[in-house]
Amino acid sequence: MSKELSSNEPTGPIEERWQSHKFNMKLVNPANKTKHSVIIVGTGLAGASAASTLAELGYNVKSFCIQDSPRRAHSIAAQGGINAAKNYPNDGDSVFRLFYDTVKGGDFRSRESNVYRLAQVSNNIIDQCVAQGVPFAREYGGTLSNRSFGGAQVSRTFYAKGQTGQQLLLGAYAGMMKQSANKKIEIFARREMLDLVLVDGVARGITVRNLTTGEIESHSADAVLLCTGGYGNVFYLSTNAMNSNVTASWRCHKKGAYFANPCYTQIHPTCVPVSGDYQSKLTLMSESLRNDGRVWVPKEKGDKRHPNEIPENERDYYLERIYPSFGNLVPRDVASRQAKFRVDEGRGVGPTGVAVYLDFKSAIEKKGEAAIKDKYGNLFQMYEKITGENPYKVPMRIFPAVHYTMGGLWVDYNLQSSIPGLHVLGEANFSDHGSNRLGASALMQGLADGYFVIPYTLGNFIANTELADVDTNHEAFKKSKEKCEKSLQKLLDIKGTKSVDYFHKKLGHIMWEYVGMSRNATGLKKAIEEIPKLREEFWKDVRVLGENNFKNTELEKAGRVADFLELGELMARDALNREESCGGHFREEHQTPENEAKRNDEDFCHVSAWELKSEEKLDWVENKEPLKFEYVKLANRSYK
Amino acid sequence: MAGAGGKNLNLKLKVWKQKGPNDSGHFLNYDANGISTDMSFLEMLDVMNEDLISNGQEPIEFDHDCREGICGTCSLVINGEPHGPDKGTTTCQLHMRRFKDGDTIAIEPFRAKAFPVIRDLIVDRSAFDRIIEAGGYISTNTGNAVDANAMPIGKAEADEAFNSAACIGCGACVAACKNASASLFTSAKLSHLAAIPQGQAERISRANSMVAQMDSEAFGACTNTGACEAACPKEISIENIAVMNREFAISSLKSRK
Repeated sequence: MSKELSSNEPTGPIEERWQSHKFNMKLVNPANKTKHSVIIVGTGLAGASAASTLAELGYNVKSFCIQDSPRRAHSIAAQGGINAAKNYPNDGDSVFRLFYDTVKGGDFRSRESNVYRLAQVSNNIIDQCVAQGVPFAREYGGTLSNRSFGGAQVSRTFYAKGQTGQQLLLGAYAGMMKQSANKKIEIFARREMLDLVLVDGVARGITVRNLTTGEIESHSADAVLLCTGGYGNVFYLSTNAMNSNVTASWRCHKKGAYFANPCYTQIHPTCVPVSGDYQSKLTLMSESLRNDGRVWVPKEKGDKRHPNEIPENERDYYLERIYPSFGNLVPRDVASRQAKFRVDEGRGVGPTGVAVYLDFKSAIEKKGEAAIKDKYGNLFQMYEKITGENPYKVPMRIFPAVHYTMGGLWVDYNLQSSIPGLHVLGEANFSDHGSNRLGASALMQGLADGYFVIPYTLGNFIANTELADVDTNHEAFKKSKEKCEKSLQKLLDIKGTKSVDYFHKKLGHIMWEYVGMSRNATGLKKAIEEIPKLREEFWKDVRVLGENNFKNTELEKAGRVADFLELGELMARDALNREESCGGHFREEHQTPENEAKRNDEDFCHVSAWELKSEEKLDWVENKEPLKFEYVKLANRSYK
Repeated sequence: MAGAGGKNLNLKLKVWKQKGPNDSGHFLNYDANGISTDMSFLEMLDVMNEDLISNGQEPIEFDHDCREGICGTCSLVINGEPHGPDKGTTTCQLHMRRFKDGDTIAIEPFRAKAFPVIRDLIVDRSAFDRIIEAGGYISTNTGNAVDANAMPIGKAEADEAFNSAACIGCGACVAACKNASASLFTSAKLSHLAAIPQGQAERISRANSMVAQMDSEAFGACTNTGACEAACPKEISIENIAVMNREFAISSLKSRK
């Protein structure tokens, strides 16, 4: 039976909600904190910031990551920046404006209370990071520098060249290492979470595979925090790291955690285009480039001239033409769809015709090559390495690619999932970005959750919960371990004919074709038909070589692809179910005459939180959390 | 396999195979045919592995993750050079257009006593984490911070700190050094934190403890040959090592321990 979910958000004036909630929550006294343990899976911005902060408070933290060091989590690759409502440039920013822009940018599908809290703590994040020694860009006078990002008309983005994620993550990682030295964090690197262990319905531990030795290990704690990022790699090609996956989230989903809005995926407008069928991943070119780069295609279809030979009056700077007030800085979903429309019209550029230009010529003329190099040097260099072309001389070729997933495990205001004790932070949850995330907001959310939200709400959970003494000798751990061992052996025993990547690529094709940038009922139904067939073929014919009790990359990949093959179906079902267009979810049946997304607030102003009826069978029920908009009135998004 | 604009290459690979830390290991020869010049080096290995799997042979194990040159996971010594022949480039960003048809390419793990081989081309670099653990941080608890603009930091100092902080911790400096010294890695963190006001409070103890930890791992000493700087994919300057020596000297003189 479908349920209506409660967000457990406080009431009252929005600007006082977090403050009063903090006061009303129970505390754990400092001496008692040291008696409690917390498992944190993932060491990106959310996981690392949560680990260091909870350890500082006294909790005993066990931190897990699939990488060889916590410092390598994929937050490290975030380029452009992190938003905060500091209003240092004196250009009219405020907490309310950041809140407003984020709700509007998310196309009215996020939870207002969460977004307001995010905007409120954004300023603390910048202070915290500077205190840690994060080398943000500065003005000559020594103050912090800001730049603009899409979906905003103020400059509120703090940055460290095109490596902001790296610097923020290394800051959080340093905090973790300090607590590791203090013996408050125990780090388990090269471990992959395979199962969540419930005792009396409460999340009390995890089962992991040691990726070096193949050993299956059990770990218990008083609570589990999942900070394992997004699921963009379901598309095979995305800007995610090769090892980013949905397995940890999906295994929790199978244990009863609801999966919210899985169809909300963000296709980032500025990525290096695909060059061939061997392509393994796509590389993002930071959105910050749209501060100075101008997007265009030739006015004529099939114009094969070199871009530098196409005169100004034969170019169509289509974003500036269609959206005069935001121009090249429209939100990502809008910029991506417009690029797709140009390519569909036959005006795409480059050898494949599946790209548009991002041109720095006028910025270089105005500001000089040195200034552009100072701002974006590493990005230009990265582009040149991939394509062999010099973007200072020839316009970049870009095309949208899967980048971020707004959907994720459902959480309430306290970041707790539908399983007591299981908390979900960062990209792995669903709550703050609605159906489209604005640029430079992912770093903000990951750190907000880890540094400033979970330290309070986790304490409240622990103080309010009767936690029986449980260790890994409990029956539930043994059962989980056996199940994981069996399922790994099952993969090795298939001994089929096709590689894991073969299936992953096939799934990616289906997802991109039918559940990608624009979707329609016919295509989605086709996906719902084809994915289960592919899944069946996978379980009959996949070839995984090597042993279970050893480093075995193919075996790791096989488990992840098996989960993607299930998630893909849920994404298509969710997209078919949501009869409207909103943000990154564009249903061709629901668009305005100008090809803009057309929401259906009457029927879909809610979160779809999918519940799996049983662990064994893929059969979902849709639970709904109604969304209220009291402070930002529901309106059609316009960036014109 | 052809790419959009590239040509195809036929190559011979000599790849290091090693079952685990206690196995002696050996080179194995492979033919890599029809490799597009538009592929990245790791995509070439992906294609190789697909071929190996379809022939029932074990794939080559290598470390990689972001494939955009920032996570520091990928490694490989390619024809004797960590991260291959291109300056300021990680292996994942190296493209096959850099090679010629008929080339033989030797692929080895980052070799150092402090980086034991886990399997084939994968090594254990956790010694780096232990060096950071020894003091590569500023002790500030969440919630203590003052307003970010309360402490002005000149653009030059901020840029200098950034340049050192850009280290990705890949370990190419160690692999390039004949002594397998971790001086460039350690010094980059020390310089980053010494360059900014926030780092001053722990400056003395930090240099001492990080250098001590570095020495206690199986890394060798620095003899200033500069091979680390030349191999560094992020072009971290060897001047950082001079800063480290200065920091260590001051710290040894001032240390109250």
